[in-house]
Amino acid sequence: MKARRSGGRTLEFKDAGTQVGPLLVVDDVHTSFRTARGTVRAVDGVSFDVHEGKTLGIVGESGSGKTVLARSIMGLLPPRDVIRSGTVRFAGHELTAMDDKDLRQVWGAELSMIFQDPMTALNPVKRIGVQIAESLILHLGMDKKEAGSTAVELLRSVGIPSPEDRVKWYPFQLSGGMRQRVMIAIALACAPRLVLADEPTTGLDVTVQAQILDLLAELQRERHMAVILVTHDLGVVASRADDIIVMYAGRVVERAPTHTLFHDTKMPYTRALMDSIPRLADPSGVRLNAIAGRPPDLINPPDGCRFAPRCPYAQDKCRESEPPLRTVGSADHLFACWFPLVDGESTVPPVPVSLSAPVAPGPQSSGASDA
Amino acid sequence: MTETSTTDATTNQGGEVVLDVKNLVVEFKSGRQRVQAVSGVTFQVRQGETLGLVGESGCGKSTTGRTLVQVQAATSGAVIYQGTDLTGMKGRALRELRTKIQMIFQDPISSLNPRRRIKDIVAEPLVIWKRGTKEERATKVRAMLEAVGIDPDAAGDRRPGEFSGGQCQRISIARALMADPDLLICDEPVSALDVSVQAQILNLLADLKDRFQLTMVFIAHDLAVVKNVSDRVAVMYLGKLVEVAGSDELYRAAAHPYTEALLASIPEPDPDHASSHKALTGELPSPLNPPSGCRFRTRCPYAQARCAEEEPLLREVAPGHQVACHFPVGPAKDQVAPPAAMAATDAPTA
Amino acid sequence: MPDDKELLDTRSSSKMLANRIPMTAATDEAVLEMQSAAVDGEVLQKKPFGFLFWFALSFVGIVLFSAVLANVLPLQNPNFGHFSELNQGPSSAHLLGTDDLGRDLLARLVFGARVSLIVGFLGVAIGLVFGGSAGLISGYRGGRLDIALNAFSFIILAFPAIVAVIAIVTFWGASLFHITIILGIATIPLMYRVIRASSLAFAQRDFVVAAKTMGATNTRIVLREILPNVIPVMVTFSLITVAGLIVIEGTLAFLGLSVALPTPSWGNLINEGSSNDLLSINPLIMLWPAMAMFTLLWSINLIGDRLRQRFDLREGVL
Repeated sequence: MKARRSGGRTLEFKDAGTQVGPLLVVDDVHTSFRTARGTVRAVDGVSFDVHEGKTLGIVGESGSGKTVLARSIMGLLPPRDVIRSGTVRFAGHELTAMDDKDLRQVWGAELSMIFQDPMTALNPVKRIGVQIAESLILHLGMDKKEAGSTAVELLRSVGIPSPEDRVKWYPFQLSGGMRQRVMIAIALACAPRLVLADEPTTGLDVTVQAQILDLLAELQRERHMAVILVTHDLGVVASRADDIIVMYAGRVVERAPTHTLFHDTKMPYTRALMDSIPRLADPSGVRLNAIAGRPPDLINPPDGCRFAPRCPYAQDKCRESEPPLRTVGSADHLFACWFPLVDGESTVPPVPVSLSAPVAPGPQSSGASDA
Repeated sequence: MTETSTTDATTNQGGEVVLDVKNLVVEFKSGRQRVQAVSGVTFQVRQGETLGLVGESGCGKSTTGRTLVQVQAATSGAVIYQGTDLTGMKGRALRELRTKIQMIFQDPISSLNPRRRIKDIVAEPLVIWKRGTKEERATKVRAMLEAVGIDPDAAGDRRPGEFSGGQCQRISIARALMADPDLLICDEPVSALDVSVQAQILNLLADLKDRFQLTMVFIAHDLAVVKNVSDRVAVMYLGKLVEVAGSDELYRAAAHPYTEALLASIPEPDPDHASSHKALTGELPSPLNPPSGCRFRTRCPYAQARCAEEEPLLREVAPGHQVACHFPVGPAKDQVAPPAAMAATDAPTA
Repeated sequence: MPDDKELLDTRSSSKMLANRIPMTAATDEAVLEMQSAAVDGEVLQKKPFGFLFWFALSFVGIVLFSAVLANVLPLQNPNFGHFSELNQGPSSAHLLGTDDLGRDLLARLVFGARVSLIVGFLGVAIGLVFGGSAGLISGYRGGRLDIALNAFSFIILAFPAIVAVIAIVTFWGASLFHITIILGIATIPLMYRVIRASSLAFAQRDFVVAAKTMGATNTRIVLREILPNVIPVMVTFSLITVAGLIVIEGTLAFLGLSVALPTPSWGNLINEGSSNDLLSINPLIMLWPAMAMFTLLWSINLIGDRLRQRFDLREGVL
């Protein structure tokens, strides 16, 4: 479905004010990479939607496919050796069917992204003011002067002190936190309706992390944007997301409104992720509940439930057939587990998974040592 | 300094002092100016304890850590290990002594030589000091790799690039322990790792500490992580210690406003945990031109006129609890700790 | 909306996004992360070198072999003129023909290779021994030593090398020994700079700090930790420099400033053969050495390039 053009320039998105239903619909997205060893199924059938103004958290370990999923939504995948299927519909338009030229009009203007490493995402030889102004001139048709003063305002709104002077600075003159603020200013310059933040605070100090996340939440409220927050840390999304998706080995294993997810966790993996975070309230020296082993090889994922090799409650059934994403009771709580936790407790007795078992390079062997 | 004597009498029952850092100053040249990364830090570490060193990046915590192993020279002050001042040492004596103090780094990839095999990397400390025969070394390498959870048969002949960050960190730990150290300096060992891997490494460090009777200095920016592994925590801000206390005491009754802010910035994995709006504002001031008086005053919500005029010194507010603040935060902290959060962690019930 | 907007749109927006979004790099990393997480049992497959590489390597091998063994090989005297057989084309007696004085072109080509190769490889060896070791130490140690060596290397580099060579050769006389030494010295600062930069980059890595804390001596750190990482750069850059020196020797010979005639070198063979009347009578005199030189240079550069690709470890896997 091609978008209508006005004045030969913008795809018509803003007319969707009357639009009902979700802003973003991701339907059965698969993304695989051809490699020398075989096909890596990085994202393996993921569906979800995001409503206007809401925040979705996507949580998973490295190798869970969360970053590839974010890039699949944006349409930012390398041109070669990628196999993809499924659809991504954004504000009524099918992003997956658009060519690069059309996508470019969506990027920045309607849908923008914040990256983990602002140092590589920012152009090192351009003043930050110029980098912000570029997208204003491009998408909003501002003239240079207007864009310049808007850039100052944007920097002010992301909490950069004396923005009049800072617009002339180069990225290397700023601290990591300040650079991430600039990234946010660029991402929000054209008032997008959806912002995808991929690990926006990983690598920053906790104090700066709190500042950046608060800033993002505040701007989101002001501008009524939807935000997708991709992270490995459940703590980061706990108090900020409306809904949370937990990904494991390329699939969604649990999806629920945040409160439900934390208070009625169904999937042992989600529970394990929560438990592996050190808590301030616990006395010092308390042993953390680490998850044994590593995520599986996405070329040859294990049969049955992909978490089974690391799951303390795994039964024979888990190793034989793959649990579907299903609901019990409330319709908005989905999980993929044959033996879901009830009130945070498993209905089957735990089989100890030894952490001290030697971990060989590669998840297959680690899986074997855990089994 | 008076605070040194007070520390002696307090905390950590028993345990002789392994490491005694006295008024440590480290300066760097920045063009014509001199920047103090560490401005007079004094602390002690006792046998078998873990001291956490926490602060934001740029506060001097990593520089302090590197001075402890003397890969960074101290401008003044002393680093006394088992009665010997390391700062004046040179040559073979220094090389030999500092094998007793080993370091784990933040970036697990950079800390392993990409061109060498895992078994050679781990055997290096023995090879350097020509300890044991080839077979004895190989046996010890195997045992150590197993101790850190790496399969020696599958891993020994590989190179670091084939391993994940968490695995590389395990290998670095194995290498550090091959030197039979007494003291392990961990410089942000888990901040480049996923939370799930972080928990594995933290547990591993705790196990190895018991097994090899190590004393540790654990440096990190995340107070939750530091609190988990440490017996005592020293909070650093812009080159100075602002608070030192037992880790549970620090959480229960943080006295310095900066510690309070650090605690508030930890993201709790609990949606009901009200994100307290005590998050720090602003950035670390430039160490080129530190604020007068109390260095934290520019970001401190409770700053008074006195804070700009007079520098607060570390003083004891409770046994084993020192703080450098004119107006310490009251111990009304107990009420802030939400009982709900406790319940959620211990017995998760809806 | 104005019409020129569209133009601006596609052009600069793609540029802007390219700036802002480290697309392939980061995605590759994500893939790589999975690949490496998946490595199991088997050794990572390496890309084969390919036919061209082996062809180039054999060519360099043959040239080296025949140049070294020129005296032993069944070759004719390169300086003996068969006056009955002037300017002949290839035949069974003279595989590549003869020149205007009836000398065997194959023999001259093979003996001429000696000069090119000695100047190329020996010159680089001098550069490597002095410049390379200075660079390694300078990059690792830093400090005053580094500042001094650095300044010194700039002084040598600032010298116009070709002019210096010409001056010295005219002064001392053009012997193979002189030319090799002079070109070798000219290579030192180049080697120094390249290897110092590489050494410096690795000296700051944490594994070097780790080696220090384990009590390794500076010598051991340079040899065991830094050198293995610098070798790939060393090898590829050396090969490029070998090719460069061979060209310089050729240039000098062409100008009549290299090894004195009648001793053949590829450069003076080309020089001889390219004089106006000879070129039209017997183009082979120039053609053979020109082809040999071209193929040798191409081969060396190709080998260097393929080796660089092979050495290129993909590290940053997290």
